[in-house]
Amino acid sequence: MLYFDKVSKIYSSDSVALDNVTFTIEPKEFVSIVGHSGAGKTTLVKLILTEEKPTSGKIFFGSRDIDSIPSREIPEYRRKIGVIFQDFRLIPNKNVYENIAFSMEAAGRSDEEIEADVPHVLELVDLTKKIWSFPHELSGGEIQRVAIARAIINQPDIILADEPTGNLDPVNTYDIVQILKKINDLGTTIILATHNKGVIDSLGKRVITMEQGKIIRDDEKGRYII
Amino acid sequence: MTMWVNIKRIVKSGFFNFSRSTFVSLSSVLIMIITLSVIASLIFLSATLNASLQEIKDKVDINVYFVTRADESEILSLKSQLENLPEVASITYTSRDEALSKFRQRHENDELTLQALEELGENPLQASLNIKAKNPSQYEGIANFLQNEPALSQDGASIVDKVNYYQNKVAIEKLSKIINTTERLGSIIAVILIAVSVLITFNTIRLAIYISREEISVMRLVGATSFYVRGPFVVVGAIYGALAGVLTLILFYPVTYWLGEQTSNLFLSFNVFEYYTRNFGQIFLIIILSGLLIGAFSSYLAVRRYLKI
Repeated sequence: MLYFDKVSKIYSSDSVALDNVTFTIEPKEFVSIVGHSGAGKTTLVKLILTEEKPTSGKIFFGSRDIDSIPSREIPEYRRKIGVIFQDFRLIPNKNVYENIAFSMEAAGRSDEEIEADVPHVLELVDLTKKIWSFPHELSGGEIQRVAIARAIINQPDIILADEPTGNLDPVNTYDIVQILKKINDLGTTIILATHNKGVIDSLGKRVITMEQGKIIRDDEKGRYII
Repeated sequence: MTMWVNIKRIVKSGFFNFSRSTFVSLSSVLIMIITLSVIASLIFLSATLNASLQEIKDKVDINVYFVTRADESEILSLKSQLENLPEVASITYTSRDEALSKFRQRHENDELTLQALEELGENPLQASLNIKAKNPSQYEGIANFLQNEPALSQDGASIVDKVNYYQNKVAIEKLSKIINTTERLGSIIAVILIAVSVLITFNTIRLAIYISREEISVMRLVGATSFYVRGPFVVVGAIYGALAGVLTLILFYPVTYWLGEQTSNLFLSFNVFEYYTRNFGQIFLIIILSGLLIGAFSSYLAVRRYLKI
């Protein structure tokens, strides 16, 4: 599904974000990437989204080298990846419905599909009542659930979650993790970057541990050990 | 996916964004009004200038005076010769009798002069041709023509007594120069003013879009094409322009009315308000189209740098 082949990302000589990283993620896997701030988790996410390009090495999505995707095909590639950010990043002047609908509109889905799918996905994240609220009227947990709804609405192959619980309290964190697990059970690959020990230990899934841009550990049914 | 659905969504989203960010929209529209007012003012200024220059130009002419024994047919044949010159706009012929009656009219209260005229017994006044050129700089050519091809009577003497161009030459040349310089200077100032105000508008719109830079990057990361992200911003820019255009046109209605009142009794027969209402269609198109173009194009450029993700 996703294959990193000796990938390095060097911003400058004294700022090496990723150092010769190689790993494979299989379809339907739930992989957590853990490490301190600055370990290279966010860079990893940016590389997968083609927001940044690797300094050396190759990243394959399926059998395709993502560096070779021409820029006009990038939007189509990104629609195969649902992304969730630590700072939520909803569009502030759009309400919940419109925020989720935007992803579908951008993917060129029909109005009928949008009207049918958005309430459905909001049910999945238990936010049906807030469908017409604007982001500033919602709590952090609610906003993150909207962001998850937005990420899964186009039925992506992979969900990429970069510290999705970083700004949330334990109860909301638990909820978000349960939702991610549910999505994984339905067959979507999940990559979760986090430094939340509680989340990792409760998952009992594969854990890739990073330190200073290198993978120092890759365990099936791993725990948070640094 | 049809292009049409996309465009429909982009336009709708543009209108939503415009109405939901009232404060940013309002300030951008205000700045646009200033820019469009500059353009409108320049239109009115150049119209006023042109009208004044035209009026002054109309006052410039040359008179050719003929010796008193010149035959009317000879004068008229010279007139038709002159009329064939491309530089000549119009020629009026004044016969000796007409000149006399005009003279009488002018001096009807001047008993002494009239008496002196009676005393002479015959008409001392000369027939004349009043020549207007299409452009003040062309009088020289006409005067040269008169000098190089003197109209001769049957007995071989010139029928032209004098051409007053040479007396007016200095004044005419100076006027031509002033007119040319004013036109050139006017267009340079217009270009600078328009450039400055367009830049200000562009920067305002750039700031408005800077506020949305995060939003633009998120749209890109969830897989929107740059066309789809950029579209609504361009629509909003066009709305700014169109709205500012309409407001500017409304604003200039009372302004030109007042200016027209002030200037009409001052120096000219030209009235700005009349000019505005008479050419409303044209001015409407210029202002609205400028607004649409400046707004849409500024947005188009301003979004570009945030689309690079």
